[in-house]
Amino acid sequence: MDALGLSNDEWTAILLSLRVSVVAMLASLPFGIGVALLLARGRFWGRSILNVVVHLPLILPPVVTGFILLILFGRRGPIGSFLDQHFGVVFSFRWTGAALACAVMAFPLMVRSIRLSIEAVDRKLEEAAGTLGAAPLWVFMTITLPLTLPGIIAGMILSFAKAMGEFGATITFVSNIPGETQTISSAIYSFTQVPGGDAGALRLTLVAVAISMVALLASEFLSRIAGRRIDPE
Amino acid sequence: MTLVVKAKQQLGTFSLDASFTSERGITALFGRSGSGKTSIIRIIAGLARPDNGQVILDGDVMTDTDRRIFVPKHRRRFGYVFQEARLFPHLSVRHNLSYGRWFGKVVGPAESLDRIVALLGIESLLERRPEKLSGGEKQRVAIGRALLSTPRLLLMDEPLAALDDARKAEVMPYLECLRDEMDIPIVYVSHSIAEVARLANQVVVMRDGAVEAVGPAVDVLNHPPASFERRDAGALLEGKVESVDAQHRIATITLKSTQLHVPGAALTPGKAVRVRIPSRDVMLAMRRPEALSALNVLEGTVQDMTQADDATIDVLVDCGGDIILSRITSFSAERLGVCIGAPVFAVIKTVALEQ
Repeated sequence: MDALGLSNDEWTAILLSLRVSVVAMLASLPFGIGVALLLARGRFWGRSILNVVVHLPLILPPVVTGFILLILFGRRGPIGSFLDQHFGVVFSFRWTGAALACAVMAFPLMVRSIRLSIEAVDRKLEEAAGTLGAAPLWVFMTITLPLTLPGIIAGMILSFAKAMGEFGATITFVSNIPGETQTISSAIYSFTQVPGGDAGALRLTLVAVAISMVALLASEFLSRIAGRRIDPE
Repeated sequence: MTLVVKAKQQLGTFSLDASFTSERGITALFGRSGSGKTSIIRIIAGLARPDNGQVILDGDVMTDTDRRIFVPKHRRRFGYVFQEARLFPHLSVRHNLSYGRWFGKVVGPAESLDRIVALLGIESLLERRPEKLSGGEKQRVAIGRALLSTPRLLLMDEPLAALDDARKAEVMPYLECLRDEMDIPIVYVSHSIAEVARLANQVVVMRDGAVEAVGPAVDVLNHPPASFERRDAGALLEGKVESVDAQHRIATITLKSTQLHVPGAALTPGKAVRVRIPSRDVMLAMRRPEALSALNVLEGTVQDMTQADDATIDVLVDCGGDIILSRITSFSAERLGVCIGAPVFAVIKTVALEQ
């Protein structure tokens, strides 16, 4: 780390960013698949409302999303106090809160990607699997999910990338506490607020660029493998 | 095996109201596109619910709208071969074939993979991906996949319709094999009279959502209902292979009392076969023609004559119990003086009987 000239605080911010992004991506994945499935296949009252709610973080100013999270998930917020009392889970001013903010902000991108690939699955194949004796859950596990894999991978990478870059909602919800909630983005922001912080901001910027590039390359690689399994042409 | 089907359904302006009972062997659902064949087979499979109706196989009620019974498709154990093969693109041929075995609550011995693979001639394809297969190969794999789910009934919805003639000829023998060697009832949807004539034991003719005729294949095809395409008219005769001339690739088939020469080196003597003779391919002569290339000259008497349309007449010729249908122009009929009871010779080129 000396070679890069990164200080301990900067390293902490980088590792925290990675942890927050990975946790946000993985924790929101089951929900992302579930909601994408509902939106792609569900025929129920309120489907368009669900669609709007899911996409809201994409349109709202991030600060607004962060503030809503603060109201709902803060220590005294209706959901936050419930989770604190019953499960001992606290979001406000913790890294878990940063992960929640990132997950919420990235959720529309993840859902959209998975939804599109679910919609692209040929339902005739599912019908055929049914006639071969597969119950609906099995059809989903053995046909729908594998065929949706490229979309799921793309959605995960998008979610990760969005989480790495998330700033507004995070800083509003969980503030900018070094070692607890200070991600790369908020660390860069802090550097730019003090005289002589440009060098630190630049170092972190380079790291952010590197991480983003690796993530994108990984996504290309993974979706090519998944795509080859499904469509070798 | 007895399959009872009764279905009423209103689909937009199309109304389906059909019922039939089918026995063992291949039951063909025959009719033009839009006659309701596919709707019926989807109702049998449990892929669709009729507004009103029943599907009962050997006393097991699968669908009964009055009693509110509907067994979902994955619990029926009805194999289904679709028009398109619908192979799973992310699985190899081997895994496609064994897909249904993961779920089959197998009653009795499971069909062995090796036997089915050999029956369908797909040994060399097992490790391939579905995309790498030709249309005929895909359809054979799809048939194998359905068979390996140990179905009680096999439903086939125009399995050859998406294939070109060469691929059809490739798959057809496997279907015959299936009918003759597997002890499994089949409901076969088709709009091709050639397929039905060759495969079916029983025929259900559909027209505008209703059943127009039901019965053994020979009866129905020889006494076709009004909706049959005129150009499809012909006679279906049953016989047995007498001998095969391997050098000339010609088989001799004994019908009730006459003999017929057909192309086919693949036939084995003693095998029961069916020959369909399209009426357009039968000439009539008043005297026995000589020095003729056509190998089949059958002597008979005119049994009946019906005006097919303004210019043509269908003539039924009884050749010692084998009824042959010939279509000739009214002009020829007048010129030759063809009348009921007249002795005639029916002339059929062997190559016209190519299957």
